[in-house]
Amino acid sequence: MIGRASQAGDVEADATPKASLPRAPTSLPAARAVADPAAPDGVSVRLEGLAKSFGACRAVDGVTLDVREGELLAILGPSGCGKSTLLRLVAGLERRDAGRIMLHGRDVGDLPPAARGCGVVFQSYALFPNLTAAQNVAFGIDRRRHGRRERAERARTLLGQVGLTDVADRYPAQISGGQQQRVALARALATEPSLLLLDEPLSALDAKVRAMLRVEIRRLQRATRLTTLLVTHDQEEALTMADRVAVMNRGRLVQVDAPRGLYQRPADAFTAAFVGVMNLLDGWVIETPRRLRCGALALRTCEDAPAAIGSRVTVAFRPEAGVLYTADGSVARENFLPCRVEQVEFRGPSMRYYLAILSPSPGVPGEGEGGRSNMVLADVPARDSAALDATPGAAIGLHIPPEALRIFGDERSAR
Amino acid sequence: MTQATAADFASVTRPRHRDDAWAQRAAITSIMALLLLFVLAPTLMLLFRSLSHDDGSWAGLMHFARYLSTPRLVESLVNTTLVVSASSTAAVGIAFVYAFALTHSRMPLRRVFRVVALLPLYAPTMLFGIGLVYLFGNQGLLTHGLFGRLPFGIDIGLYGRVGIVLGLTLAIFPSALLVLLAALGGTDGRLYEAAQTMGASRWRTFLTVTLPAARFGVVSAVCVAVILAVTDFGVPKIVGGRTSVLAVDVYQQVVGQHDLSMGAAVSVLLLAPTALAFAADRIVRRRQAATLTSRATPYLPPVNPARDSLLLAFCAVVAAGVLAVVLTPVGVALVNNWPYSLTGEAPGPVLTLTHFRFDEGGASTYGGAPAYFNSLRMAAYSAVVGTALTFGAAYLFEKLRPMRAVRRVGYFLAVLPLGLPGLSLGVAYVLLFSRGEVAGLRNPAAALYGTMALLVACNVVHFFGVSFLSATTALRQLDPEFEQAASTLGVPAWRLCASVTVPWCAPTLLEIATYQFVSAMTTVSALIFLYPGDLPLASVSVVHLDDAGLTQSAAAMCALILATNLAARAVFEAAAAWLNRTTRSWRGAAT
Repeated sequence: MIGRASQAGDVEADATPKASLPRAPTSLPAARAVADPAAPDGVSVRLEGLAKSFGACRAVDGVTLDVREGELLAILGPSGCGKSTLLRLVAGLERRDAGRIMLHGRDVGDLPPAARGCGVVFQSYALFPNLTAAQNVAFGIDRRRHGRRERAERARTLLGQVGLTDVADRYPAQISGGQQQRVALARALATEPSLLLLDEPLSALDAKVRAMLRVEIRRLQRATRLTTLLVTHDQEEALTMADRVAVMNRGRLVQVDAPRGLYQRPADAFTAAFVGVMNLLDGWVIETPRRLRCGALALRTCEDAPAAIGSRVTVAFRPEAGVLYTADGSVARENFLPCRVEQVEFRGPSMRYYLAILSPSPGVPGEGEGGRSNMVLADVPARDSAALDATPGAAIGLHIPPEALRIFGDERSAR
Repeated sequence: MTQATAADFASVTRPRHRDDAWAQRAAITSIMALLLLFVLAPTLMLLFRSLSHDDGSWAGLMHFARYLSTPRLVESLVNTTLVVSASSTAAVGIAFVYAFALTHSRMPLRRVFRVVALLPLYAPTMLFGIGLVYLFGNQGLLTHGLFGRLPFGIDIGLYGRVGIVLGLTLAIFPSALLVLLAALGGTDGRLYEAAQTMGASRWRTFLTVTLPAARFGVVSAVCVAVILAVTDFGVPKIVGGRTSVLAVDVYQQVVGQHDLSMGAAVSVLLLAPTALAFAADRIVRRRQAATLTSRATPYLPPVNPARDSLLLAFCAVVAAGVLAVVLTPVGVALVNNWPYSLTGEAPGPVLTLTHFRFDEGGASTYGGAPAYFNSLRMAAYSAVVGTALTFGAAYLFEKLRPMRAVRRVGYFLAVLPLGLPGLSLGVAYVLLFSRGEVAGLRNPAAALYGTMALLVACNVVHFFGVSFLSATTALRQLDPEFEQAASTLGVPAWRLCASVTVPWCAPTLLEIATYQFVSAMTTVSALIFLYPGDLPLASVSVVHLDDAGLTQSAAAMCALILATNLAARAVFEAAAAWLNRTTRSWRGAAT
């Protein structure tokens, strides 16, 4: 079974240290912020009822959130969900309409950006094109406290910490996207921030570089214990990098949890579908809270439906949770969906099957119900798939273990 | 560092109160004050005076009624309509074919043709009038068939509408060409490839790809042409003869008859079509911007000798015409006593610099050499002040975040001068700055009247819109997150501006400075009302010299202005080349 949550763990565990990155760059200032006298509860950032509207659009709609000291918290959501606005509110680049922003126990809601002590890495990096990498990094170092030579020296040290000593004298146009990203990171660290804010830091990079930088940023963040807020629309990025993930939708926080918890226990159908891949079916609660009907199929679950008997629910399961059987022989089993293979996709370690649910009685479950298609996905490890006779067009049986089924109140009413 | 102390922590999060919001507000407020005083106040004053009597009492539409009941003035309204529509149509039509030849053909000498066509931009428009007079006037070269050396003469009846239309066409041709070059040059090569793969004929490709892409450009060019044609004063002044147009009316009402109220009323009449054309242009350009994508590829025209020969012939004729009109006065200014000593037994044309001394026949009373140097000084000041203010305003309105509503108004005031004809602006400035008292109150602004400072201010405002828009365009190419990055880094906006924004925009700044300089050297319209007796100006003296019949001196002054502007352009090119060399390493793919 391919679990994305376990994948997340794997990436961290397997990552081999990069020589260019120091394991503990002690000169980085954020390490000091660990012993935060003003925030004895270990909370670095506290947002209370934070709200921001642009005209009629509520970009951030009453967000309350604690970010713990030294953790990397990812804010995950689709584009336009207000996550970038939330970050900009914390940075002081937008003025809040309502709510409180506490950094290390200090209310910073009315302070200008520079007074908040946040280092920001912008989506576009916003590197100054006519300044070299080193000059970019040195740009924000306090001129009154550090002389010219000292600033240059510090810039080189910081560039060294992100493994970029050799391109210090190049202009942004002369270095790669990944290098630009790291220069932007070094520049954000140069002001000795107590909080690092990353706005879609990897979205402009290609897949390989992105995967590498994820590991690097995470290691740097761990080494410095610098509290970090990461805004991303990429669930893989959030799951692999963050200690905790806050899922955001339409200006509101939907769920805040560790990556594994988020993947295994999504709070609603939105999160379930947004984090990883999830099969969603329409169903009704029948007889008892643990018995559902999905079209003509009866399903048993291990958890109580969050809805009254007779009401409509959404039934969800991960593609890797289903077990495929060659159709003949196992028809009578419980939680068993007769299907037809529509398409098979080779995905390296696993095979993905696109299955059309066959209803025993014609017309049910049809495509019309709730607009949902009657297509479900099943992932099977490549070595198991060899035993399956499942070419497109073949009939096949999909068994969903009761413990793998998640039930959400109908999303139309839940939203 | 193992354990941190509270002091360490304090040093980390101590607010670095380098909040420069107050400085930003102060800067925005200052530039707004300048715009209010030098743009809005004169405009309102002009509107007010067109509706009131000299003593300030309300007159309603009386002046307009008086204008419309004066047959001579109505006639000039008709003349204006006729010459403007004729010259705009001709100029845009010619400019379209010319621009097409430069961008969509492989004919030789395209660069040369481009330079020749843009030459008129560097001369005062009186030069075209004078050139036409020397070619087609009563003593014209062509009127008498090159002094009888040809068996026939061509008398086109220059003075009047014909002359005005010819002169205006020439005067507005380069501006229309610039707009159309941008529109046609921006065509996406991929569209032509697509048309080709679908087997579309050349004609069909032209109709479905080239024309639609240039459509907005054509409308925009027409607007620009109309504005220039309506407001030009130099051409009709020289070759208009008895035919009057609105622009000359303003001059005659204010300077000839000292009727400021009527002058204001005619200025407002002049302002109406300009403002309309300007508004139309803005709307069209906004729509055009949306049709351009950054992924367009340059277009390489296919080989087509027939097309290229035809276009070459056309461009050669146009370029020859431009050169003839522009260079004839220059040649005339360089020989002795034109045209009489050329005709008879006296020695042929003798090269001389006599006319550049400006001392014959009382030419010195109209300014002479001091006028030229005054103009040079004024142009230099305008270049510096104009560049600083337009770029400053564009930066403040485009990049800073405080005072959003004020910045919106500021943006409007900054582009407003685009719709203000120079003559109207001049009258407005006279109205606002010439009187020590306005409505019974002391007018402190009057202290500026008759000073170089006011001349510079008037020029800067006159050419503010174009400069402001180029600065805005350049600034928009810069990542809007720069200012935010700087603010999170605790770096004040002015330092970011000095170390990043200005270096990035340096080529545009150079261009604006050149534009301000050249415009200040050539313009007459606003200045003719404003210049004080002790500050004669070169371009204004051209009008007076011509009025006094000292045409050769007028030609000489035009030639001097043209040469100066071309020199300024050369300096600009050299500086731009140097900038390009030194900044190539960091501009990279961005340019």
